Amino acid sequence: MSLYYRVGAETDLGTPAPVPQAASVSLTIDGISVTVPEHTSVLRAAALAGVGVPKLCATEDLAAFGSCRLCLVEIDGRKGYPASCTTEVEAGMTVRTQSPRLAELRRNVMELYISDHPLDCLTCSANGDCELQDMAGAVGLREVRYGYEGANHLDKPQDESAPYFTFDPSKCIVCSRCVRACEEQQGTYALTIGGRGFASEVMASQNEPFAESECVSCGACVKACPTATLMEKSVVRHGQPERAVITTCAYCGVGCSFRAELQGDKLLRMVPDRNGKANHGHACVKGRFAFGYATHKDRVTTPLVRERIDQPWRKVGWDEAIDIAAKRLRHIQKRYGRTAIGGVTSSRCTNEEVYVVQKFVRTALGNNNVDTCARVCHSPTGYGLKTALGESAGTQNFDSVMQADVIMVIGANPTEAHPVFASMMKRRLRQGAKLIVVDPRAIQLVDAPHVRADHHLQLRPGTNVAVINALAHTVIDEGLEDDAFIRSRCEMEPYQTWRAFIGEPRNSPEALEEASGVPAAQLRAAARLYAKAGNGAIYYGLGVTEHSQGSTMVLGIANLAMATGNLGREGVGVNPLRGQNNVQGACDMGSFPHEFPGYRHLSDAAVRRQFEADWGVELDPKPGYRIPNMFDAAIAGEFKGLYVQGEDFAQSDPDTQHIYAALSAMECVIVQDLFLNETAKFAHVFLPGCSFLEKDGTFTNAERRISPVRKVMAPSAGMDEWEITCRLSTAMGYPMHYAHPSEIMDEIARLTPNFRGMSYAKLDQLGSVQWPCNEAAPEGTTFMHVDAFVRGKGYFAPTPYVPTDERSTARYPLLLTTGRVLSQYNVGAQTRRTEAVAYHAEDRLEMHPADAEVRGIVDGSWVGVKSRAGETVLRAKVTDLVQPGVLYTTFHYPESGANVITTDNSDWATNCPEYKVTAVQAYPVSKPSEWQEMFRRFSAEQQQLAEPVEAALGQAELAPAVVKS
Amino acid sequence: MTVAVEKLVRMAEQITANMAYTDDLGVVAAKVADHLNRFWDPRMRQALVDCARGVAEPLSPALSMALSRLHDIDQPHPA
Repeated sequence: MSLYYRVGAETDLGTPAPVPQAASVSLTIDGISVTVPEHTSVLRAAALAGVGVPKLCATEDLAAFGSCRLCLVEIDGRKGYPASCTTEVEAGMTVRTQSPRLAELRRNVMELYISDHPLDCLTCSANGDCELQDMAGAVGLREVRYGYEGANHLDKPQDESAPYFTFDPSKCIVCSRCVRACEEQQGTYALTIGGRGFASEVMASQNEPFAESECVSCGACVKACPTATLMEKSVVRHGQPERAVITTCAYCGVGCSFRAELQGDKLLRMVPDRNGKANHGHACVKGRFAFGYATHKDRVTTPLVRERIDQPWRKVGWDEAIDIAAKRLRHIQKRYGRTAIGGVTSSRCTNEEVYVVQKFVRTALGNNNVDTCARVCHSPTGYGLKTALGESAGTQNFDSVMQADVIMVIGANPTEAHPVFASMMKRRLRQGAKLIVVDPRAIQLVDAPHVRADHHLQLRPGTNVAVINALAHTVIDEGLEDDAFIRSRCEMEPYQTWRAFIGEPRNSPEALEEASGVPAAQLRAAARLYAKAGNGAIYYGLGVTEHSQGSTMVLGIANLAMATGNLGREGVGVNPLRGQNNVQGACDMGSFPHEFPGYRHLSDAAVRRQFEADWGVELDPKPGYRIPNMFDAAIAGEFKGLYVQGEDFAQSDPDTQHIYAALSAMECVIVQDLFLNETAKFAHVFLPGCSFLEKDGTFTNAERRISPVRKVMAPSAGMDEWEITCRLSTAMGYPMHYAHPSEIMDEIARLTPNFRGMSYAKLDQLGSVQWPCNEAAPEGTTFMHVDAFVRGKGYFAPTPYVPTDERSTARYPLLLTTGRVLSQYNVGAQTRRTEAVAYHAEDRLEMHPADAEVRGIVDGSWVGVKSRAGETVLRAKVTDLVQPGVLYTTFHYPESGANVITTDNSDWATNCPEYKVTAVQAYPVSKPSEWQEMFRRFSAEQQQLAEPVEAALGQAELAPAVVKS
Repeated sequence: MTVAVEKLVRMAEQITANMAYTDDLGVVAAKVADHLNRFWDPRMRQALVDCARGVAEPLSPALSMALSRLHDIDQPHPA
């Protein structure tokens, strides 16, 4: 079957569909009868009837504006020539879109436009994709009676400052589409129309170059522009794309749908897909523009091997690389035992690729030492939501936020980390929904254009559970519970236990005020706002999970939602914002060491028998090692080999020195990745992986939406990633063969109840599907737990507040917390290889002015940061976004060493690292830290070794590897 | 021993503290044991049982009680 969608330009119906869609209205347009929902515009109704009305300022992505005067029509019984974009349909209306008078009016309008427009169509970057050109043709423009010599804007200089697009005001027709896109779609309000009348012009911020303005480069304005005024630089350079493939973005957990537009196999641009159910035609700077890494010169396209990590890499063919990897793993198992090796799946890879890796570990390796990078981000979500509600997933779709009355954002920074969903959330907030932000830092949502948090509970890092308990205590204390919901939907005995616990004075806002730093009165006010919301929706991120009490906090969030009846319908819910594109999917696919695909525990004999029958092997019923356990065991000399699918522990995992020691202690590290990343510096076999543009498969986003990933270009190393794993498995004695990833999905569907109705044919038909997708819900499930919780009755788990060991002391008086910026992505392996470096060229250490002053630190100066784990040096950014006593940094550059200082503290239930709280001291310094010096030396050495030599003929020697300490 | 025992004890005590919403040691111990049985590799459970009694700080009573309920391991002979 083919997964390729060859599609032409998106159809644009001119104005958005009315929301909500209510009664139908019938009317006649150019003699054609058409029935549409009431509140539909005449322009849209005409388009739906197949009648094209000329337009310039109207687009389906934006509210009607009525400025260009091209879409004029005649309506029986109405005077004049109303604009069809701003005129709503009425029953029995008779509309004419063509008449001699309308033609004359439209030609006159176009004549005026063109009198102030360069006539360089043949050399213009929009040639072939210009609505102005199309309209000139449509209205039959043949002359411009005014001439071209009058006052005009043709000599306006271009602004090339933005990395990904150009702004050429000489071509602007001031239709305001860009300005409206920035407001309505993105919600940044970076663009405006300055001046009046003829002097009107589009400007960024206070007439600044785009790169220096508030613009966040989401590209909405570029997509909206009907001319060449705002244009992708790639199109300026290469011309118009000739084909498009619908696929899914591989950055964050929003999972935007995109049209990958190409010339041959050259990807020219990624355009957000209007039909994408997660993003509705919107995008962010990363998904829209930061795809250059896929063809970056650093891509490794040949398998590499070496005996020891102080040797140069040798280029080898696939057969040899697979053979060497398999032999080394077998050698280790023979020498140290079956359980001395394991594998790690990647949240960046497809469901199908992840599935085969965990299957490989459980079958070919014969153990359960498989884990995934969700371990270090959302594993507490899996544990907490499974325990409380019965399913390890968010409860809503993204659109649900548009029905929320009160939105509580806890430990998440959507405008930076989930920007497309943040835009939707901001739209709802502008409509009047209330906002509670629980965060140690003043994230942008606290005070954004036309958005202001009603309450910012600025807690101390590490006191989430104190705050959630105090919120729940207030609900109980002030009688704000939803008794009917609790009685009908929740287990009563655990509820009574929880109620007694949470009602204790130790959980009151007053008692916890000192620990959390949140004033009790403010906390009570926030609790009342949420509990009385009508629809209260909670959105949370890694600021909830990456704590020693991450799982407790997830349970606390679920308790609060259940106690107030905010589950099981649109507009409410508990919504984890997933960090990576396929965190949800990687977890769904059985990547955790204690469970099979579909979150079923290994100890469930019936489930195990099902997998044993299908896979033809006996399976171990006991849990294996989690990632941190693997590293601890490696240091103890008991874990010797690891197959790593697309994860970069050496940069992303906490306590870098510990990770280095663990990786160095292993005899065979196999890295499958795009680049020789930090972890590959410790690897013995490198298997080149595929970017998302080179693969067929599926990703599952934060709303459980399974979306298709379609191959846009051939795998650069000539091998699909799932096939690499299959070949390795086969070489190790457990044959795995699939002809296409759709067959892997068929197997997943066969073995996993929540996926039983899934197939690639269904994805092609529906575009995307939210699981559960099975007999009961053949087209998927928008809202979870509607009539009953997946576990039956909701479970209230008591959530005692246990302060973290990472507390400020005389030696380490400050608390460091970490996060991301919009333009970069996690370890930066991809975004650092794009123009994103123009936005964020280094990680900085945010520090409150009071803390900076007492230490003699000024903005931009070098600061040493030391914890009990290690020391690094960063440049200071002095800002009151952080409160006194709190430091903040991003972790996108390896040399920053953010994880040199994070510790081995972790969540009690899941071992998810406590990235978000590290007790540190900070002080002025003049040179890099010892670790950074070591890092530079080591990186330089590895850089030299990365100039691979061609393999000698014959088989590589298989001596036990000696590793460098 | 797979992992430094101090770390295993620290992790196990952390689990115990997060289960300790009640003074009923039996309830807490049962929950701790269930958690360790469900989520810990048996080698870690074994190491915990083998070594925990030798660490400097005495184990919390609930954790001590939980250790005797761990599966898939060799329990030490009563002292």
